[in-house]
This record gives sequence, C-alpha cells and structure tokens, in this order.
Amino acid sequence: MTSLVFCPEGTKGKILDIICDKTLAKRLCEMGLNKGQEVEVIKNDAGPVIVGLNGSRIAVGRCMALKIYVN
Amino acid sequence: MITIALAGNPNCGKTTIFNALTGSNQHIGNWPGVTVEKKEGICKVEGQQFNIVDLPGTYSLGAYSEDEVVARDFILKEKPDLVINVVDASNIERNLYLTTQLLEMKANVIIALNMMDEAEKAGIQIDIASLSKQLKVPVVSTVASRNKGIQELKMKFCEVLSNNGQSKPEQISFGGEIDAAVESLEREIKASASVNGYPSDWLALKLLENDKYVIDLLGKQNPEILNSAQEHIKKLTEKMGLEPEMTIVDKRYEFISKIVSKSVKKPSKRIETTSDKIDKILTHKWFGLPIFALIMFGIYQLTFAIGQELLGGIVGYVLEVLSENISGWLESINAPEMLISFVIDGVFGGVGTVLEFVPLIMVLYILLGILEDSGYMARAAYVMDRIMRALGLHGKTFISMLVGVGCNVPGIMSARTLDNKKDRMIAILINPFISCGARLPIYLVFISAFFPKNGGTVLFILYATGFIGAIIAGKLLSKTLFKGETSYFIMELPPYRVPTVRGVMLHMWDKVGGFIKRAGTVIFAVVTLLWVLSVLPFGVEPYSQASILGRIGSAISPIFKPAGFGTWQAAVGLFTGIVAKEAVVATLGMVYAGVEECAELVAAIQQHFTPLSAFSFMIMSLLYTPCAAAIGAIKRETDSWKWTLFAILYTFAIGWMGAVLVFQVGRLLGFN
Repeated sequence: MTSLVFCPEGTKGKILDIICDKTLAKRLCEMGLNKGQEVEVIKNDAGPVIVGLNGSRIAVGRCMALKIYVN
Repeated sequence: MITIALAGNPNCGKTTIFNALTGSNQHIGNWPGVTVEKKEGICKVEGQQFNIVDLPGTYSLGAYSEDEVVARDFILKEKPDLVINVVDASNIERNLYLTTQLLEMKANVIIALNMMDEAEKAGIQIDIASLSKQLKVPVVSTVASRNKGIQELKMKFCEVLSNNGQSKPEQISFGGEIDAAVESLEREIKASASVNGYPSDWLALKLLENDKYVIDLLGKQNPEILNSAQEHIKKLTEKMGLEPEMTIVDKRYEFISKIVSKSVKKPSKRIETTSDKIDKILTHKWFGLPIFALIMFGIYQLTFAIGQELLGGIVGYVLEVLSENISGWLESINAPEMLISFVIDGVFGGVGTVLEFVPLIMVLYILLGILEDSGYMARAAYVMDRIMRALGLHGKTFISMLVGVGCNVPGIMSARTLDNKKDRMIAILINPFISCGARLPIYLVFISAFFPKNGGTVLFILYATGFIGAIIAGKLLSKTLFKGETSYFIMELPPYRVPTVRGVMLHMWDKVGGFIKRAGTVIFAVVTLLWVLSVLPFGVEPYSQASILGRIGSAISPIFKPAGFGTWQAAVGLFTGIVAKEAVVATLGMVYAGVEECAELVAAIQQHFTPLSAFSFMIMSLLYTPCAAAIGAIKRETDSWKWTLFAILYTFAIGWMGAVLVFQVGRLLGFN
C-alpha cells in the first residue's frame, strides 16, 4: 500500500483509503475517487497528479494525492 | 406550459443539448435570490411548446455549493414535469451518481445518454435496453454535438409526458440498518414538521447524510428531529464502523456498479485517448506554461488585428456617415441648437464611440468561448497551479482571472468554483485588476494617439500588468487579511472537444448582447446626465471647465497631478468610469470639445497628454475601482458591505499609486 503521489506514470491500482476530513472525502467520492475504485496514474512529474478513472481525468493536487492510498 | 429541466454533470454536453432543443429561443436570467445564472428556452415539437430550464451542472445534489442547492430546489419545489438527465456515456459511473440522487428525489426522469461517439472511440459498449430496464427509466442515446438523437429525445419526452404516468424508477436500498433509520425518522418528520413540499423520506435520508441545508430547514421548525437524527447517526456509526453519510455514498456506487457490470462492456486495455496525447504536450512540465503564454498572446493579437483594425473601422465609418446625415437633416428642419448638440455630441459622440468597439469585444468573446468549450481552460488552471500555489493561490483562481478578461462580472462570479472561503474572497477581490473588455476602448484611444505601431505589445503589457497586479494583491491578501490554508486542487480535466460553432456563437452573443444593452441603457443614461451637467449653468459653453461637470472635475483633478494627468477632463473621465468603464471614452469624447469621431478624440488626446502621461492614465484605468456592475457582483458574492467598500477603496488606492509610480519613475528615467 502506497500513497498515490509516489506512484509513477502508468501505475494501475485500486484506491484503498483516503485519509482526510469528511467533507473532502465525500467530495472526492462524488467525483469518482472512491474506495475500491480502479485508477491509473496518467501524469505525475510536477504539479497536480492526473488520475484516470472510468474515462475521466481528474487532476489532484500533490498534498491531496499524498492522502490517497492505493495498492 | 410543460416544464422540462436538464440536469447533469459539468462537461456532459448538457448545454449542447439545451441549445439543440431551444435554438435561439433562449433567455438568460438569474435564479431569484441567488446569482447563479438561469437559462431557459422554448422547445417546439409538433405545434406544442415546452419550457426548457437548464440547471447548473453539478456532480451531485447535496448542499455542497449554491449550484447544487439551486438545481435541487428547482426539481423538488418547482416540480418540473420532466427531468432530462444528461449522462456522459464515456464516463458513466460518475455521471450515474447524480442519477441515483434524482431517483431518490422521485423525479420524473429520462436519461439522455450523450457523447456516445466518444464512448465508442474508447471501446465502450453500452446495452441501452438493459440500462433502461435496470434503472426503470427511459434512455435515449445522443451525440448532441452532431445533432444525433435529438429528434428521438424529443419524441421520447413527448411520449412520456403524454402518457402522464409517473415513472416508477428503481429505488436504492442502503442496507437494512440505514433503511430502518430512514423509516423511523420519516415518521417523526411527518408527525411534527411541515415539509415545505419536500418528500419526507428524502428529508430523512438527508438528515442521516448531515445535509447542511436540510438540517437548517428542519432545525428551525423542530430541533427535536435533529437530536433524533444525531442519535441514529451515532448508533449507525458504532454499528457499521463508518458514518452513515459515507455508507450511503458507497451504497450508491454499489448500485451503480451492479448496473454497469450488467449493461456496459469496457475494453480490457485502456486505449490512450487523443485527449491524453494532446495533454502530454499541453500539460508538459516545461512546455505547458510557455505554450499557454503563447496562446494568450495570440488571442490578444488576433483580437486587436481583426476586432479593432478590420471591423472596428467599418463600424466607425458607418457611424460617421449616419451622424453627418442626421445632423444635416436636423439643421435643415431648424432643430434647436441644444437638440443638435445633444444628438450629435451626446448620443453619437458618447454612445457611438463605444459601439465602435463592439466588433472587438465580439472577437474576444468568440476566442475565449472557443478556449472554454474546447476544454483548454481546465488545462490552463492546471498549468498555472504550480505557480499559483507558490504564490499562495489556487489554480482555479487563475480561471476566474481569465474569465475576468472578458468581463469582471462573470470573473467575480466564477470565484464560486473555489471551495473554501479564503480562496473565494481573494479571487473576488483581485478580479478587478484584470483588464476587462470594457477597458479596451480606453486603451485603444490612447494607443492610437501615441503608440500606433506597437498596439499589440502595449495591450499585452497592460494585460500582463493586470494579471501580475492581481497575483501580487492575492499574495498580500493571503498573508494579511485572509490567512489560512489554500484548499486542495481537485479538478476534472474534460476531454478535448471541438467547440460547436453554434455553442460559441450563442455564448458570445449573450455576452455581447449584454454589452450592447448596457450601451443602450446605462451608458446612454450616463451620457445624458453628463451632457446635462456639462451644459449647465445655462448659457455656459458646453463641456467647458465652467460647466458643473467641469467644476466637479477641477475639484477632483489635483489628486491626479502626481500621476501626470491632473486635468479636469481626465478627472471627469475617470469618475464616470466608476459607473461603467465604457463611459470613459464616451466622456472623454464629449469633454474634449465635443468631438464626435474617434479620430478627432485621438487628436485631442495627443494635444492634452504625453506618451508618458497616456501610459500612466492607462495604468490608472487598468487598476482603479471597477464599474458599478462589478461592484454589484462583489457585493452579491461576498454578501458584505464591508468588503465591497474595501474593494472600492483599495483598488482606487492601488490604481493611483500605480499611475503615480509610472509617471514619476518615467520622468526620472527621462521619458516624457
């Protein structure tokens, strides 16, 4: 289990947990970033991490990406 | 008339469907009490008329933002006869989340499964019949951007509406425990509170979800219910190890998963989409930013070249001919001097000068519209986020600044996309520094007078100064008045789409329409008032220093001396700019010996200013107090007179300091 921010481009995995406050967690859920969701890291070199899931692309700030754990 | 609401995620093509259904029969207003835009239009099908309402695009119908509450309230209280839920087929799981909430609200729903072409390209296969059967809701597939499926959509909603049946959509179970809690709360609600038209089981569910809006609503009537809800929540959390509101979200996704697994087939390998390929370049670590700067520079150059040189010249010519003919006719019928002066100097000189800039504003809005509809704006926010964050600001703040380039009012309003208060306030307060479309006429007059060969460059410098000034102000504000954490950057990057001509044009037209309407009303009123002030006291030479207007200007003008334009005319011009920026040129046109044509105004400017003072005047116009419409937007968005007043004063102060700085430093450096 590792944090999303450390995953290199091309990594595919499942979201295991998101450690943040409730409101934010719910917001992320509504946008599709849910526990158990399969995601792929599209871009992770500088700036927000671009995560691909189910056909959409979501840019997540690095501080936020740090709190998302995937396997 | 039958009302149909359109609901869906942002970027799902809702607006394209709205345009396809209503054509040019649209009307944009405001939802009462809030500042979210309300789009309505009429759709005609076989002689019948339907009222279509485009609800704000939202990811969910919680109480997270004003947009969501507006959309939700419309469906629950206005009870539209039908809700067309536009779903992006290439991103179906997330889009169906909203659908589940619509089903919970027991709305009468049809799904328009849009962007089927993109789904196909991504290798996604959807069994529409199965989807419809599982949701118990009609589903029509569409490719709105190519006008496919629109006819079928119209037929389907006519069919559903004429059947008059209330659709019985599938209801989601949240698990035994939660369902029981909902039932129990529902009984309490029915027994003790008036529900204001909301379904009581829905209210019960919202209480368990800690929905802020429902809590406020029911709390006012009966705080007992809130305690009850809290008890249930505590018990459920203990039992399940997770708060009910999170479980409810999970259950919704479980429901969606089940449906999708039965009706949607996805390719096993992700096909790299064209958007991803483009993004490799546009969001590139090193190239992303310069590419963005280039694109913005290109836009400004194009705007100047086509809008000003080409089309502006044509409008100017037409106005000139018109004004000559009318003045000739008025003289021939021996109209009073006063009237001729009013029509020619006032109306043509004032309003006419402003209208000459309409083509330019049109080109600017078209280019910005293309940028937005193509999906590039989101990348702009992404690319800028690194820099913005280093400056203590959010990437999305940059988008509101970009929108402000067209007009500060939507720029200020778009601060709503920022989730936390600190980011929002800062975005609102720094927006006035962004040079808006209405300030362009001011720059163009001064550029024509002193920098005719370097127009594009000077414009770029001014716009850049606006952005840099806004960023510096933002940084200062975040260090002083609005300390705190900047919210996280979470943003969807929609796939790149080719903007539709119709979409861009409609978008542009309602912005430009606003500009022209303002010219016809506010500016006309300002021009009339100023004309009156300039010809009184009776007998004085019109627009002279002795008139009331001149005297007001003379009283104010000393403060502008250190900035190089301490003349009463400049003072009057800037003063009217607080009502509407478009009025500055109109006013300058009038006070400089009542000129009626741009060329004569330019000549007058050349006499009364120097290149340096022209530049400092432009800096003042760029930075100082925004127009009345923007001030109104600030008041609405901040909901505070204190901050609105602060905005008015601090922008004036910064504008003044900027102009003085430019002038004094310029003089020291030997410029004149």
